[in-house]
Amino acid sequence: MAERALSLTAAGLAAAVILLLLTPLGALGLSLRGFSLSGAELAALRFTLWQAALSAGISVILAVPVARALARRRFFGRGALIATLGAPFILPGIVAVLGLLSVFGRAGWVNALWGALGFSPFSIYGLSGVVLAHVFFNMPLAVRMILHGWQAIPAERFRLAASLGFSPSAIRRHIEGPMLREVLPGAALVIFVICLTSFVVALTLGGGPRATTIELAIYQALRFDFNLPTAARLALLQFGLCAIAYVVATRISLPSGFGVGADRQGGPPAPTGWHRIADVLAITFAAMFLALPLLAVVLNGLPGMLALPSQVWAAALRSILIALGSTGLSVAVGLVLAMAAARGRGWPALAATLPLAASSLVLGTGLFLILQPYFRPASLALPVTFIINATLSLPFAFRILAPEACSLYVDYNRLSASLGLTGWGRLRWVVLPRLARPLGFAAGLVAALSMGDLGVIALFAGEGEATLPLLVQRLMGAYRMEVAASAALLLVSLSFALFWAFDHWGRRYAAS
Amino acid sequence: MLHLDRLTITQGDFRLTADWQAAKGARIAVIGPSGAGKSTLLSVIGGFFAAHSGRVLWDGTDLTPMGAAARPITTVFQDQNLFPHLTIAQNLGLGISPDLRLTKGDHAAIGAALDRVGLSGMGPRKPAQLSGGQQSRAALARALLRARPILLLDEPFAALGPALKSEMLGLVSTLAEETDACVLMVTHDPQDALSFAPLTCLVAGGVAHAPQSTPDLLQNPPPELAAYLGN
Amino acid sequence: MKYLTLAALAVFAPAAHAETPVLNVLTYDSFTSEWGPGPAIETAFEAICGCDLVFSAVGDGAELLARLQLEGARSDASVVLGLDSNMTARASATGLFAPHGQEGANDLPVTFDDPIFLPYDWGYFAFVHDSKLPDPPKSFEELAASDLKIVIQDPRSSTPGLGLLLWVKSAYGARAPEIWAGLADNIVTVTPGWSEAYGMFTAGEADMVLSYTTSPAYHLIAEGDNSKSAALFEEGHYMQVEVAGKLAAAPEPGLADQFLTFMGTETFQSIIPTTNWMYPAHMPAAGLPDGFDQMITPQKALLMTADEAHAARTQALDEWLSALSR
Repeated sequence: MAERALSLTAAGLAAAVILLLLTPLGALGLSLRGFSLSGAELAALRFTLWQAALSAGISVILAVPVARALARRRFFGRGALIATLGAPFILPGIVAVLGLLSVFGRAGWVNALWGALGFSPFSIYGLSGVVLAHVFFNMPLAVRMILHGWQAIPAERFRLAASLGFSPSAIRRHIEGPMLREVLPGAALVIFVICLTSFVVALTLGGGPRATTIELAIYQALRFDFNLPTAARLALLQFGLCAIAYVVATRISLPSGFGVGADRQGGPPAPTGWHRIADVLAITFAAMFLALPLLAVVLNGLPGMLALPSQVWAAALRSILIALGSTGLSVAVGLVLAMAAARGRGWPALAATLPLAASSLVLGTGLFLILQPYFRPASLALPVTFIINATLSLPFAFRILAPEACSLYVDYNRLSASLGLTGWGRLRWVVLPRLARPLGFAAGLVAALSMGDLGVIALFAGEGEATLPLLVQRLMGAYRMEVAASAALLLVSLSFALFWAFDHWGRRYAAS
Repeated sequence: MLHLDRLTITQGDFRLTADWQAAKGARIAVIGPSGAGKSTLLSVIGGFFAAHSGRVLWDGTDLTPMGAAARPITTVFQDQNLFPHLTIAQNLGLGISPDLRLTKGDHAAIGAALDRVGLSGMGPRKPAQLSGGQQSRAALARALLRARPILLLDEPFAALGPALKSEMLGLVSTLAEETDACVLMVTHDPQDALSFAPLTCLVAGGVAHAPQSTPDLLQNPPPELAAYLGN
Repeated sequence: MKYLTLAALAVFAPAAHAETPVLNVLTYDSFTSEWGPGPAIETAFEAICGCDLVFSAVGDGAELLARLQLEGARSDASVVLGLDSNMTARASATGLFAPHGQEGANDLPVTFDDPIFLPYDWGYFAFVHDSKLPDPPKSFEELAASDLKIVIQDPRSSTPGLGLLLWVKSAYGARAPEIWAGLADNIVTVTPGWSEAYGMFTAGEADMVLSYTTSPAYHLIAEGDNSKSAALFEEGHYMQVEVAGKLAAAPEPGLADQFLTFMGTETFQSIIPTTNWMYPAHMPAAGLPDGFDQMITPQKALLMTADEAHAARTQALDEWLSALSR
């Protein structure tokens, strides 16, 4: 009964998500006849794929040693570092770019040091800059995903390994290898698809039109050429690439089948010697790489803090409300789809991955065309923003919840079924407590992402309904770069506070 | 009366049939080589896995369309009998009310069940703080609380030492007598069968045979059983 | 939860006005922002029109036309304000605009007489640099020959970027590809919009940024900072002319006319310089605010007509792409 209800709800939600993503393409006049790409579009496609693949590959490769070091070492500030891992990902694009440039730019700290040492200055603009920024954004996300994988290995397996006298390389081969085989393709997939739709970062750091992505071509088609069918065609191309990447990742990924533990304490063994040195280096490098640009964002923002105009507070409140509403919706849908996916179905995962490839501009424009004949756009700003933010962040909620929902099902479904734990009772006593940690993490991430998003509300918002990201943009547009940096710092602080609050709640709840 | 009515279970190439009855209060050991389908048989009776054809009946009622929880059955698994994040008392409470809305009387019953299995005062602890034997006792205490007429035991004591195991079997016997339950217990150990179950169901060669007298079966084992027992 | 809902309503509910006619003006975001001309203009116009002036804002001038095309004749707006003159050919081709019917000449340095689109302000594109920069380049050729680093905007996503494209084209014609090839090694990067480029410039990532001759006026007047200057180019400076137009399907055609007339008045025009940081289309009697006199004055004002700009864009864009993609 309840199983059927779950199935039906999940199917309904998956269909709604796909419909929400694809109907706007129809509204833009998508035509599949003679689907071909111009020379410029092909070049954009090549660059898009290349930078996304590089960014994804480097992010996960760098993330593995960092995640392993975090999994097996205990040190002061470890918790804070893990929490801070969420921060780069939620930075608004241009804020992060300016932060990165303060460190790695022509006039940045690294170049200053470099020059002081007598070297000639280097430039990061080009493919290297694009990849650097994407790694900065996404490597921490990969670390969190992989760290979750490490933490999901039952302590019993490591005890067994210890009792059998496994060397670190044997542990790598027999325990960590299978875990990585399961986790890495998913992490790489998510990052690949995120980078697929990159545009502000790719263009700004790409150094020129060589770094044109498909998303920029979409932007141009929608805003300058008003060629809606072209925009729809390119948006469909992005979905196609996402679907192909999904299939490839699913093929590569193998379940590790570690089974269940008894919630005993104890992580992977912490070998000494050069392993310890490598771990220290990995953590130091990652912390510096993430912290310096963040520090730059803080330093850029502090001077104008006192000059913040009064409007920021109303905008901040509006952004927080939008974030909370979107979070509730996204996490609820993500949980339902993750639970359905845990029952061995493939479609929830696909439905929950596609939004990664969605262009928010295409989505917003399509919805605008669909809704505008019947409603005043401004009257729909709030619900549309909730729904779009929730949909666009669904992939993250789902990715975080799905593995643990799956082990929960494998490990405790029979027991739950035999006790008649269904519906509310199962949610209250099994699902929520067992999934508190990923739920907190997912809610934190979604809330922070929704704070930063302005893709769609800009299309629908009426007079005086600015959100904080829109306000940052307005300040920049009015030459007030310093105050804009402060408003951005406020935005980042609030996003991070939301992220931290949810994440912390999840971990505390799980530990209690 | 438990009735397995022309039951056919298939799972890929695997096939198992069963067609027999067992009386209320019967105690039956389920024995046979590894991979013969002992646990699968219990899964089908317990409602976790659907048979290809045939029916499972209790006192004439067809259980086949019912979900696991609706059946008059309690299953004690090999492991994962307790939720690690809930206390022992909550784990027991789930046996009374799946949404844990417990009355004063329920709490008293939980306390009594814990006393009954020798876990007095352990209610507030989490499973990880209990030994393996104590965890088995907690699972049995919940079975006692549920008091369903059929009790399926899927090798729950396999990991326990001989003394602990026989103590558990004794506990199961007492509980079964108190509730007059029909017990099916999967075991590897002929001694368990002899000490606990007057009847034994041999699962071998794709057939779950009708239960027969345990001593007779073990004295004159058919070839499959002889091979398994190693004599 | 109830309080959250109430708070949400308070934050999101549009202000209700009964019986007063509403004039909707579609414009770009920085016009209506707290620091733009919008608020002062709204107060001033509402004092004389007996109406409620409501600005709806979209991202920037480029997005404005796209938004209008999306809304079509269903738009609530009666006036569209903020189109760039480089885009008016396409705007009038939509057939969504009506002639403005306003009389009187404007004070633009070139003849700008369009029956549909009425200019309200204008400026010259220019490369802005730190005042301490020694020997700022005096032409694109000097810039190309120098080691100076510049940040520009992408002509595919921003109006200044498009302006630069047409600047090079109108100054150099067939030599434009050669100029771009020469500039390629000076360009640090190309940003999607003006804000990112200007932000990178103020962060020290480039020696010069494509902006306006009037940009230093902001720093001078609003911040008392004379550290920014604009480089004067001998080949002349391309203009950006910002225009407004009345929609054929305007729900409030009378108020629309009244607004377009108001746009030419002293009140409106004197708000422009220190909010939009552009030159007013009609010089106020009191002249420009102090500080504007320190801005450079190009010897030659370049501007393509709407049709020329429309015709030149595709080829100029191809030249730009191929020169910079190498």
